[in-house]
Amino acid sequence: MHDANIQRLLQQRSFTELGARQRARALLDAGSFRELLDPFARLESPWLARQGIVPQADDGVVVAKGLLDGQPAVIIAIEGAFQGGSLGEVGGAKIAGALELAAADNRHGIPTRAVLLLETGGVRLQEANLGLAAIAEIQAAIVELRQYQPVIGLVAGPVGCFGGMSIAAGLCSYLLVTREARLGLNGPQVIEQEAGIDEYDSRDRPFIWSLTGGEQRHASGLVDGYVADDVEQIRGQLLALFAKGKPALERSRRHAWFLERLQGVDTSVQADAAAVRSTYQGEQP
Amino acid sequence: MQTLSFEFPAGQPARGRALVGCVGSGDLEVLLEPGTAGTLAIQVVTSVNGSAARWQQLFERLLRAQQLPALNIAIHDFGATPGVVRLRLEQGLEELNHA
Repeated sequence: MHDANIQRLLQQRSFTELGARQRARALLDAGSFRELLDPFARLESPWLARQGIVPQADDGVVVAKGLLDGQPAVIIAIEGAFQGGSLGEVGGAKIAGALELAAADNRHGIPTRAVLLLETGGVRLQEANLGLAAIAEIQAAIVELRQYQPVIGLVAGPVGCFGGMSIAAGLCSYLLVTREARLGLNGPQVIEQEAGIDEYDSRDRPFIWSLTGGEQRHASGLVDGYVADDVEQIRGQLLALFAKGKPALERSRRHAWFLERLQGVDTSVQADAAAVRSTYQGEQP
Repeated sequence: MQTLSFEFPAGQPARGRALVGCVGSGDLEVLLEPGTAGTLAIQVVTSVNGSAARWQQLFERLLRAQQLPALNIAIHDFGATPGVVRLRLEQGLEELNHA
């Protein structure tokens, strides 16, 4: 048993420990990785340096074209280690443009499908309105592309997916998470600041993960797959979701059902993981 | 934040290009591209002000042991220690050899 555990750990290839570019390369078919607007294109944020912040040559977004199980694909990976994966004008435009190109491919008979590797705190505050506008464009592009092909969002961790990009995640055809992932509109510190530490202690990690962590989101039916932090297993789940084709009805189009469930919540009691799960359980349309 | 420029003598232009690292806390991004024959040009954008002498010494120490090909090196530094910088530079040079 001891040896079996060691063997299992030795064979595991962590996905979350990879950087954005390595993640995209690991998921695409071997040898098919081709980056659009790579770091040597020097398309970095024009706003960060003016505010005394060191920019990154790719603005924290990797757009990789290639093949996924022999099919044309684009993988868009956000680098969580650069500025918390925040999205500004340039990075946001790279994502929106890549999704729009994939939709154009589909209109021309090339069935390009998209995977979003979401590792982001949402809009980059230093680029406020420009980042928000870019996120709106990303959301519109996801809705356009998902008419043709499934758009799959993967939240692997450790940053998680928050803010406007959590709404973008909600628009994806399918969502895949690991245990390390978190998904929520507001991050823990923002909620603590607004609601008070008695209600939401951002330093209480088990509490935070019990409400917004990957396992909880899966048990609540808010995501479609829950996967171990392993490159092969993640790739396998992505392919399985693509094989299902487009969902009959996207999660975001089931808003009426979700609103009805949320209206039944008793806000006078502190929510816990079990209460949230039972809120979201029930016959889904 | 500060932008620093350095120049050192070098050999013939490098063949390929390479990127290593990330502008994350305590880390840096290094982009290496072929330069003009005879010149190693390094531009550093760093979050740490007043660190010019430290960078100068770090590059001099790296070049004491080896002659580098002509390169344009761009560094985006987010508070990396000299040890991390040295490792990233060595990693970038190694990647060039495999490019």
